[in-house]
Amino acid sequence: MSQSSTTPLLEIRDLHVRFAVRGGQVHAVRGLDLTVHRGEVAAVVGESGSGKSASMLAALGLLEVNAVAAGSVRLDGLELLRAAPAVLRGVRGGRIGMIFQDPMTSLNPVLDIRRQIAEAVITHQHVSPRQAETKAVELLEMVSFPDAERRSRSYPHELSGGMRQRVMIAMALANDPDILIADEPTTALDVTVQAQILDLLRSLRQSRDLAIVLITHDLGVVAGLADTVHVMYAGRIAESGPVVDIFHRPQHPYTAGLLASLPRLDRPDTELTPIGGVPPRLYEEPAGCSFAPRCQYAVESCTQAEPILQRVNDSMVACSVLPLVESTTEASR
Amino acid sequence: MSLLSTEPRLNLDVLPRSSGTASPWKRATVIGGLIVAGFWFVVVFTVQWWAPYAPLEAVGKRLQGPSWHHLLGTDALSRDVFTRTLYGARQTLPVSLAVILSAVTIGTTLGAAAGFIGGRVDSVVMRLVDITLAFPPIFLAMAVAAALGSGLRNAFFAMVIVWWPIYARLIRGQVQAVKHRDHIQAAVSIGATRWRILRKHVLPMSFTPALINATLDLGQVVILTATLSFLGLGAKPPSPEWGAMITEGAQFFYQWWIAVAPGVAILTVAMAFNFLGDGLRDALDVRAKR
Amino acid sequence: MPLLLLGIVTIAFCISRLIPANPLVAIVGERSLNNAKVVAAAKTRWGLNGSLPEQYLVYIKNLLKGDLGTSFRTRQPVTHDLLHRLPATLELAAGALLIGGVGGVALGAYAASKKDQPADHISRGFSLLGSSLPVFWIGLVFLFVLYARLGWFPGPGRLPPRTKPPDDVTGFYTIDSLLDGNFTLFRQCLWRLVMPCFVLGWAYMGQLSRLVRAAMLDEINSDYVRTARAKGLAERLVIRRHVLRNAWLPTLTILGFSFAQLLTASVLTETIFQWNGIGSYAVQAANTLDFPAVNGVSLFAGLAFLLANLTTDVLYAVADPKIRLA
Repeated sequence: MSQSSTTPLLEIRDLHVRFAVRGGQVHAVRGLDLTVHRGEVAAVVGESGSGKSASMLAALGLLEVNAVAAGSVRLDGLELLRAAPAVLRGVRGGRIGMIFQDPMTSLNPVLDIRRQIAEAVITHQHVSPRQAETKAVELLEMVSFPDAERRSRSYPHELSGGMRQRVMIAMALANDPDILIADEPTTALDVTVQAQILDLLRSLRQSRDLAIVLITHDLGVVAGLADTVHVMYAGRIAESGPVVDIFHRPQHPYTAGLLASLPRLDRPDTELTPIGGVPPRLYEEPAGCSFAPRCQYAVESCTQAEPILQRVNDSMVACSVLPLVESTTEASR
Repeated sequence: MSLLSTEPRLNLDVLPRSSGTASPWKRATVIGGLIVAGFWFVVVFTVQWWAPYAPLEAVGKRLQGPSWHHLLGTDALSRDVFTRTLYGARQTLPVSLAVILSAVTIGTTLGAAAGFIGGRVDSVVMRLVDITLAFPPIFLAMAVAAALGSGLRNAFFAMVIVWWPIYARLIRGQVQAVKHRDHIQAAVSIGATRWRILRKHVLPMSFTPALINATLDLGQVVILTATLSFLGLGAKPPSPEWGAMITEGAQFFYQWWIAVAPGVAILTVAMAFNFLGDGLRDALDVRAKR
Repeated sequence: MPLLLLGIVTIAFCISRLIPANPLVAIVGERSLNNAKVVAAAKTRWGLNGSLPEQYLVYIKNLLKGDLGTSFRTRQPVTHDLLHRLPATLELAAGALLIGGVGGVALGAYAASKKDQPADHISRGFSLLGSSLPVFWIGLVFLFVLYARLGWFPGPGRLPPRTKPPDDVTGFYTIDSLLDGNFTLFRQCLWRLVMPCFVLGWAYMGQLSRLVRAAMLDEINSDYVRTARAKGLAERLVIRRHVLRNAWLPTLTILGFSFAQLLTASVLTETIFQWNGIGSYAVQAANTLDFPAVNGVSLFAGLAFLLANLTTDVLYAVADPKIRLA
């Protein structure tokens, strides 16, 4: 299922993203290392402000003009950060599809959805407008959009949230990309609709051998779909590994804390245990590990040097205080 | 190779200039505006002490072009155009200021009442606003000025009538928006009187847009004053009001300096207050777009 | 809305009766003021009998018949005067709307696409100039430079000097001369339209371009623009197909207001360019205290403005699918 090929499809090395803001700069992504293989579903998990969206936007060159990027992002060997604009445009929508969090504002309100999907087709394929529109309807059927032919002339505001997100997925997959980047695809949707969209993503991944980068802060979404989980904190990877390992044997204190803070259906009377403290403001460059102020295992050396990623079994972990006492987490499922 | 600056460009390794700070260009225009406005302010109060000639006296030959003696030439009645332009500020600017102040006062009062009290008061005031705004300003101003007779004072009344509805509508909207905010409800619940709430809470918050608007509008009022005079409905000759001067200038078409001088004066005033208003907006309006 | 109409009508009436000066002086002359019979006859003829409320009722009654009274100055029915002069103003307005509209949108879009580059600053300076100068002054400068000094354009007036107008079919000299088969005259009339239309459209163009620019910059930051880019669209297409199509909705809202400004500016432009349209009629009426004419023009202006706003609402409803499909 995962890792059907050993050469990575998407390889991010030491990615840094900084934003120029009033009063200084924000170092949103600080040395991100991430690999995605063909057909793999990689979840990128983190709180708001952890840099997960910014890193993916940087890959596609979609950041705002006040952003700087450094490092390397390779798609099948092609360096995206230094690619010519024309090449980059070919990649966007062609080899990498992307869907965003709020489908209402992410669709053009004055064009009907058939035309918007057809536009994605025409940009990358040499077909006539009519052929593109036919393909658009087919794509809608592929994403289980009900009554596709008739309703393809609808405008975004006439559709429900789930429908709109299906439209976004249809648009993103119009040119059979190798990767789909999904930035919080279900956050703006109702819980029942969330499940439908996740099912859709799962079946699409099967049928097309599609790699998915799933950006989310919701661990429940991760558990049902991901092969690999990358946990980000303060702009860096805290822990990366197979989903089972992450959930059952988390190594990084942050990951452990995240899992422990999840409310449990099978233990209804226990108190919630959040992680104390707040995430760091990314204006300053912290000395040492950025999680140290909130970590119960922190020692003196944690505040002096930034921990580097080390291999622990099948995972990569960035923590100086390894191995973690395993019994502190009660994640079992 | 894109020249469109809207396209997102990934800057590599070099941090671009922050988007939040004011560009030096913007600052320069605001300062320029302050200087020009200050200049005219000084002129209005002090010109009688340093102007080269008197505005209504014949002081040389008629219709002479600009020269060292007469920086902007002379007009048909041998008066110095430069002096008259400076004195013109004394006609146009105080009137324009008075119009704005009156319009803002009347508009704010009626608008606040309409927004705060609501109900019948609101209906009546808004009807009045709608009807007044249904006329293109100049026709209304012309009609009223014609009815009242010419002269700067009557033009003043005409312009106030035309201008107050904009502020009434503005303030009413602000008051309505603020009225429902929580801390107003809190004030009501502890028994503060309506008047007090209006004065201490609602009005201060609603005032900023009005201030910005008024500064930006000042240029427009100056232009309207000149326009009415040009049409014969405001200041009349021999007054050195800028619009009246342009009327004379139109008659003596080939002596271009007679019309150009007051026009440029109007331009400087209008632009100065435009820049000032913009600067105010950037400084005060928290919700301003980046 | 009918209330609004009534309000407009009433205000127009009130204004025309506000005149402190005695209009009878203009009608019968100072000397005849003491002649009771002459005065009485004049009063009846000009509808000045009775108390104010009575006059108001007569006024409304006549209005419903389409009778706006008779002008003191021209001795013609005001309605006739207005209709006669309408084509001239319409010619100007149409030309100005065209020039200002097309120019404004193009300029605004261009400025937005080159934001913060020199081209942007220049176009913003241009529009600032337009709104910081009185229209009549701009017209004078244009006339002076382009006609008196450079001779590129003909002088003021709808027709070349000492030329007869074409046979009156529509009242539009351009159309009528075409209908007459007089192509020379057609070209001359068209050419004479250029400068006044440009002057009239300048302020509108400035305002419109600023609005288009702001609206576009607003839309550029929208999520759907990001989606369009994520699909791999070239930036030019992003702007044309996505940004502009949404940006021009808010510009519709100023259409009604701009029309009012056009009417306003036409008053001044007609005076400068000696165009005998409704604008110059209004000026003459105001200067001679011709209150039926003042009344008539005010009414016309108010109604035209109302119509423009209605049209804007309709256009907006058509353009925005959210409203259209509701």
